[in-house]
Amino acid sequence: MSGTFVGMPAFPEAAREAVGDRTLRANLRHATHTIRAKRAAAVAEVSDWAQLREAGKRIKDHTLRRLDHYLVQLEEAVTAAGGTVHWAADADEANRIVAALVKETGESDLVKVKSMATQEIGLNEALEAEGIRAYETDLAELIVQLGRDRPSHILVPAIHRNRGEIRDIFAREMSAWGRPAPEGLTDTPAELAEAARLHLREKFLRAKVGISGANFMVAETGTLVVVESEGNGRMCLTLPETLISVVGIEKIVPTWRDLEVFLQTLPRSSTAERMNPYTSTWTGTTDGDGPRTFHLVLLDNGRTDTLADEVGRQALRCIRCSACLNVCPVYERAGGHAYGSVYPGPIGAILSPQLRGTGSEIDASLPYASSLCGACYEVCPVAIDIPEVLVHLRERVVQGGPVTREGNKVVVKPAKGHAAERAAMRAARWAFGRPGALRAGQRLASRTRGLHPRTLPGPGRAWSASRDLPAVPAEPFRDWWQRTNGGTADGTSGEGAAK
Amino acid sequence: MSSRERILGRVRRALADVPRDDTPYGEAVARDYLREHGARDTAATVELLAENLTEYRALVHRCAEGELPAVLARLLAERRAATVLVPPGLDETWLARSDVARVADLAGSGAHELDRVDSVVTACAVAVAETGTIVLDGGPDQGRRRITLVPDHHICVVRVPEQVVSSVPQALERLDPLRPSTWISGPSATSDIELDRVEGVHGPRTLEVVLVG
Repeated sequence: MSGTFVGMPAFPEAAREAVGDRTLRANLRHATHTIRAKRAAAVAEVSDWAQLREAGKRIKDHTLRRLDHYLVQLEEAVTAAGGTVHWAADADEANRIVAALVKETGESDLVKVKSMATQEIGLNEALEAEGIRAYETDLAELIVQLGRDRPSHILVPAIHRNRGEIRDIFAREMSAWGRPAPEGLTDTPAELAEAARLHLREKFLRAKVGISGANFMVAETGTLVVVESEGNGRMCLTLPETLISVVGIEKIVPTWRDLEVFLQTLPRSSTAERMNPYTSTWTGTTDGDGPRTFHLVLLDNGRTDTLADEVGRQALRCIRCSACLNVCPVYERAGGHAYGSVYPGPIGAILSPQLRGTGSEIDASLPYASSLCGACYEVCPVAIDIPEVLVHLRERVVQGGPVTREGNKVVVKPAKGHAAERAAMRAARWAFGRPGALRAGQRLASRTRGLHPRTLPGPGRAWSASRDLPAVPAEPFRDWWQRTNGGTADGTSGEGAAK
Repeated sequence: MSSRERILGRVRRALADVPRDDTPYGEAVARDYLREHGARDTAATVELLAENLTEYRALVHRCAEGELPAVLARLLAERRAATVLVPPGLDETWLARSDVARVADLAGSGAHELDRVDSVVTACAVAVAETGTIVLDGGPDQGRRRITLVPDHHICVVRVPEQVVSSVPQALERLDPLRPSTWISGPSATSDIELDRVEGVHGPRTLEVVLVG
């Protein structure tokens, strides 16, 4: 499988293929249902969840609305604490900065903490092109890297793999990357974790350069925070001589105190724990403890464009907990790869088309990768109204309109392939404005319902290929209402009632 | 134009809709969430810490101050530890009853040397009852971050009740953000394989917490 998302088919095609993969569906169903139930219990434990959620939302919104101020404050604080701050407008620039910093150290390999930002910019591939090997050290990322696979979940990137598949990948691939898997490796999670421990320890102990992202950056103090479970994060953050952190500009919170909200909501929402096993905080460099050199690369890569959209900017509140993936009926069936982005699931469906624009077929299809059931909004610990943004983006895809791309205001044309939808929307507007025509149309539909096809002909074929068409009722609601006097008269299930 | 100026310029243009007198930080967030969950006395808070640590598979021991040297000696002996790492400022009396060879974390020693050490004993900065968390902030009795990371066995001593708080907000108040901190909730764990929790991947596989007082 290719390690890149470039050239991905649009969501409906990718989803159709994924839905046909029974192992994938079983792996996903098991995983999402397990974590969903545990998360609900962890959240129910704190009686002030609603207040914490609202506070998280407001802190993030406030920060985004004054992002220029907080970015400058953060830069000053990090610099004062002995760090160096770099600014990267896009993925290429970020990759160039990191590659140059690694080359300055004279090292040709390094260890990495799992980080969405570095995946987003394709850092590993860019470093490889410069002759630098980046070792992923999170267990799930290791599975993905060794399997030459792509991540399919924000928190558990190898969620689509079961233990048997993982055993095979370790046995086959570990020797090419370092210490081979032990002889006779079985598929018990404990043995697999032990194999990963031995394989990675030799890398940790000799690494001179570490790369990370960050869950939070505190503007007031210049403190970075990484939340993790395994200790691989601590290894990468404290053992190397040089630490390079690549962080999206939206990850700021104003004060140290603000962490009290997110350190309560993030673990419960993501892994359903009261607290994740390890959280590390660091401010610049500390004499005699940890890396001697610290670089922070602040990444834009479409975030300022997203910020320019008054409806869509709320996506930047995201703290990458992945709760929305685990409750999404579409994600559960289609899997993370179908979204064609490092950000899968409901948050990916609104974040990717904003970060990358809706120019490609896959990005134009993502706002439709949802049933709009609203479960994602319910669980979101920073109350991102994902359905609202999805509808907003659908409108943009279908109608076109003004957007900001790379800092410039441009007008996008309606996406190709949505002619039928535009026609349908026009027809609907026409019919809803003419009650007589609507009534006649509904009666006609009811009387001919035996003749309705299961799939649509023509341009509607693709739409109905992965959906069941709604059945037309035997009697239009308006007729039923009139006939039964709003359900109060006799004969509520009249002649033409649904069987 | 530098990328710094380019990005800040984009941010400012993107926020053209935000009024200049937008709600300031102090008023933007209602802090009506709880400072702690539930009403407990001090003893119950310590009890909750012990419960939550245990639930996350830390081994919890309780003793009076005078018993600590004997408890630490016993725990090291049970692990058959031959060497124990000791932060520079650890109370010397704590290990007075143990004859396990002590190792100092020397600046010159590399990670490989740390890897050969059997156990590490540290104090902590604060412990959080509601989440079962101990926090280290690099103080002299806790040492550098790496010493509680590389050895496979960590014994952490918590003075109760003075080092115990109920909640995350109360813990943050006690910590200095300019010092590096490590928050530890149970031993290293992963749920990356079919979401089955497995203890011990890269950090210490055994965490023992001694509540003293």
